[in-house]
This record gives sequence, C-alpha cells and structure tokens, in this order.
Amino acid sequence: MTNEEVDEIILLLHREHGYDFSNYSPASFKRRVLRVIALNRIANFYDLKFALVNDKKFAGHFVQEITVNVTEMFRDPQFFSALSSRVLPTLASYPSIKIWHAGCSTGEEVYSLAILLHEAGLLKRSRIYATDINTAALEKAKKGIIDVRLVKEYTQSYIKTGGKNDFSSYYTARYDNAIIKKELRESVVFSQHNLVVDGAFNEFQLICCRNVLIYFNRVLQNRVLNLFYNSLAPLGFMGLGIKEAILFADIKNKFDAVDNTVKIFRRKD
Amino acid sequence: MIETKKIVAIGGSAGSLPVVLQILQTISPNFIIPIVIVLHRLKNTPSELDKIVSITRSDLKLKEPDDKEPVYPGYIYIAPANYHLLVEADKCFSLDYSEPVQYSRPSIDVTFESMAAVYGADLSAILLSGANNDGMEGITRVIEKGGKAIVQSPVTSEYPVMPAAAIRKNPAAFVCTPVEIIGYLEQLNPF
Ligand SMILES: C[S@@+](CC[C@H](N)C(=O)[O-])C[C@H]1O[C@@H](n2cnc3c(N)ncnc32)[C@H](O)[C@@H]1O
Repeated sequence: MTNEEVDEIILLLHREHGYDFSNYSPASFKRRVLRVIALNRIANFYDLKFALVNDKKFAGHFVQEITVNVTEMFRDPQFFSALSSRVLPTLASYPSIKIWHAGCSTGEEVYSLAILLHEAGLLKRSRIYATDINTAALEKAKKGIIDVRLVKEYTQSYIKTGGKNDFSSYYTARYDNAIIKKELRESVVFSQHNLVVDGAFNEFQLICCRNVLIYFNRVLQNRVLNLFYNSLAPLGFMGLGIKEAILFADIKNKFDAVDNTVKIFRRKD
Repeated sequence: MIETKKIVAIGGSAGSLPVVLQILQTISPNFIIPIVIVLHRLKNTPSELDKIVSITRSDLKLKEPDDKEPVYPGYIYIAPANYHLLVEADKCFSLDYSEPVQYSRPSIDVTFESMAAVYGADLSAILLSGANNDGMEGITRVIEKGGKAIVQSPVTSEYPVMPAAAIRKNPAAFVCTPVEIIGYLEQLNPF
C-alpha cells in the first residue's frame, strides 16, 4: 500500500465518518491499516475503500481497530511510584481531587491509579474522569474485568511500585477473570472524548495521558498539550508516557519538570 | 554542521550484545553516521542503555530516543524497552506501543521496515545473533528498497537461528563476521 493510498483512506474516513486521522504519526498509522487489512482478509485497496464507504458496521470496526488499545496495569512501575511520592502528597491538600485520564483504553492504568489513591487515603475524595476515543475499549473498561492469566505479572509490577497491600485485595477472582473491586470502579467516570476535536470539560489537579501522544504528529501533540494546559488548575500535574516529550510544543515553557525521566510535569502558575 | 544522508540499523537478539559492544568499542570517534540499535530484552528491566553506557566508551553519544525526536548525525540510538521504534518520513523517531511482533517489542522487523521506507539505498541494516525469526522480513524490505543488508555469519553467532533464517530467505544479503562488519562500518564513514 502506498502512502498516497493511506492518505485516501484518511480522507475517506473523515468525509464519510467524521474521524480525522490526518495528524496521526504516518508510519504507525500505516502499519495499523495494513494490520486491519490482514486480520479481515481484505483482498486489496479497492475492497477496503468500498467497504469503508458502504458498510457502516465495518467502518466502525475499522476505527476501533486502527487505534492501539494495548495497555497493562502498573506499566512502568517507576512512573507510578513517582506519582505516589511526588504528586499525591500535594493532591492531599485539596478537599476534592479531580483527575483526567485521557486515552485510558480498557482502563488498566485507571485502576492502577485508583489503587494508589486508595493507599494514600485519597480515593474517597477523588473523582477520575477517564476518556478515550474508542467506545468498545470504554465499555470493557467500565466492567473492570482483567484476564486472570495477567494477574501474576500485574502483581509483580504492583510490588515494584512499592505497593503496600496484597494485590489480591483489589479484585475478586471469578473463573478466568479477575474483577476490580467495586469501590475502585465507583471512583471512575468513563466517557468518550476525542483529543483531535473535543475541548476542555473541567479543571483538574492531575492529568494522565500515557502512550497516546506517540500516535500523533507534532501538530496534534501541540494541540493536545495546549488542551491539557488549559484543563489544568494552576500548579496542576501532568503525567505522560516515559518516552513522550513536551520539547516540541510551543507551550513547553509553561510547564516545570517534576521528574523528567518518568515525564511528570507541572503547570507553572 | 556535517551532513550525512546515510544511516545504519543494527538488530540483535540472544547472543548479540557482545558483538554490539565490540562494534561500539572499536568505532571511530568521528563516526558521524547515525546508528539505530534494536535489541530484544526482558520486559520491565531497567534500560539496557545504562548497561551499554557503563561498559563502552564515554565519548560515544548514546541515547534512547524520545518520541518525535529528530535523528541526529553522530548519535547512537538504542530502541527503548517495550516500544516499537519507527522513523517517519521527516526523519524523526516515532514510538509505537502496539502488539509485539513475533513475540518481540521492540521488533527488529518493524524498525528495519520503517527505516527502509524512509532511507532506501542510504540504509545499511545489520542483523546479528539470535534465537528467533525476527529481522528476516525486515532484511527483505531493506533489500527491496535498495539498501545494504548484512547478516552475521551463523558460524560466528552464539545463537545462529535468527541470522540463518534471514540468510535462507534473503540470498542477496551479505554474510559477514563481526570483524568484517566493523570493517564495513569504518569504510562507510566519510572521514
Ligand atoms: C496505547 S493506548 C494507551 C493506554 C494507556 N494509557 C497505557 O499507556 O497503557 C492508546 C489509547 O489512545 C486512544 N486514542 C487514540 N486516538 C485518540 C484520540 N483522538 N482521542 C482520545 N483517545 C485516543 C486509543 O483508543 C487507545 O486506547
């Protein structure tokens, strides 16, 4: 598939379905398109175009598949332990804490954060607004179900973050699944929000958005970082993926680095 | 500033670290062609970079790239753990946290393929020792785009499976010992 053909798909998705992927990172976007073609055994570019125009259900499925929903609990334990030691103590001084988790996928990181808040005694005063473009991922996130085969790995990551409790106290095991405890689930509101077009909807003391900006080019990264800046309370915190940088955004000087190795920043005023 | 259009990509799995270290020990301090290294490693281990930095020379500019960081001459980049590393048409790095490919993330195939698309004949890709099939497809893409494909000779590889698979699929690849690989890199540098 040529780059021009990928551009045609992007145009078509925008025109027919209102999803604008034109500012996504081209190299990984193209890999995604090729993957959907292979998974759905689509013969060629024309069949793909035809299906995207004429099969509404397929088009919806395509958009879900194009986004990368891979995630885990307590990925990058250093990030989560830095949140615990360098961010939560400051959040503790607020009577009520509002957090935006953008690009939350199926919720694993949201529940990881809820566990940290619980252990810091802050969960009851906290509300996490978790958003994603992908509604299928959000539906899964709401249920709080994790595959029991992953629990061992998550337990190890949890321990690496310095977790104080028995990880198994945070879920109920049922057959092949582990279901996140209700008190953790109740602290979260999941809703759809598209970082490409949607705006600010509240003011937060902490925004987490990890491994989402990597899918965007610099233009869109810039837009989103401005949106985050405008959605943060003065001196609010922002946590990004550990390989994501604010260096290329016009707004970089309006943030201080709290921890540059795990990419935690703070709005200056 | 000194310009170079060329770039080197190195992919390795089990048994490749000693060869990578050998390359980094002997490389000229004036080597200005950027090198991108993709190594398979254990999940959630502290970065391989620290280890490599601590045992190689202090004059090398070694770095794990951040997302959207430009590829600079004179730098040696190591793919960060748990991400695929791609290069965009504007010659900036792009990271991708999608599914592992052939059980690997970073995947050598993904990096080689993306660099082949951007650099074409300016790319030299080197595949080292390993015990799986990663890199085989990537080498094919490099050759298709007119780049130079080099595979470590299986007899000199601690784990010959990966280079052997790549050679079988790609008869046009050059088969080299580590010493020959180092010699090749030396003559590639404009100084
Ligand atoms: C790799 S996941 C990151 C999940 C989690 N934060 C982590 O790091 O493990 C990327 C997420 O970004 C979401 N995403 C992609 N484009 C988006 C957009 N325009 N607006 C909101 N979310 C988006 C995807 O649906 C996906 O769930």
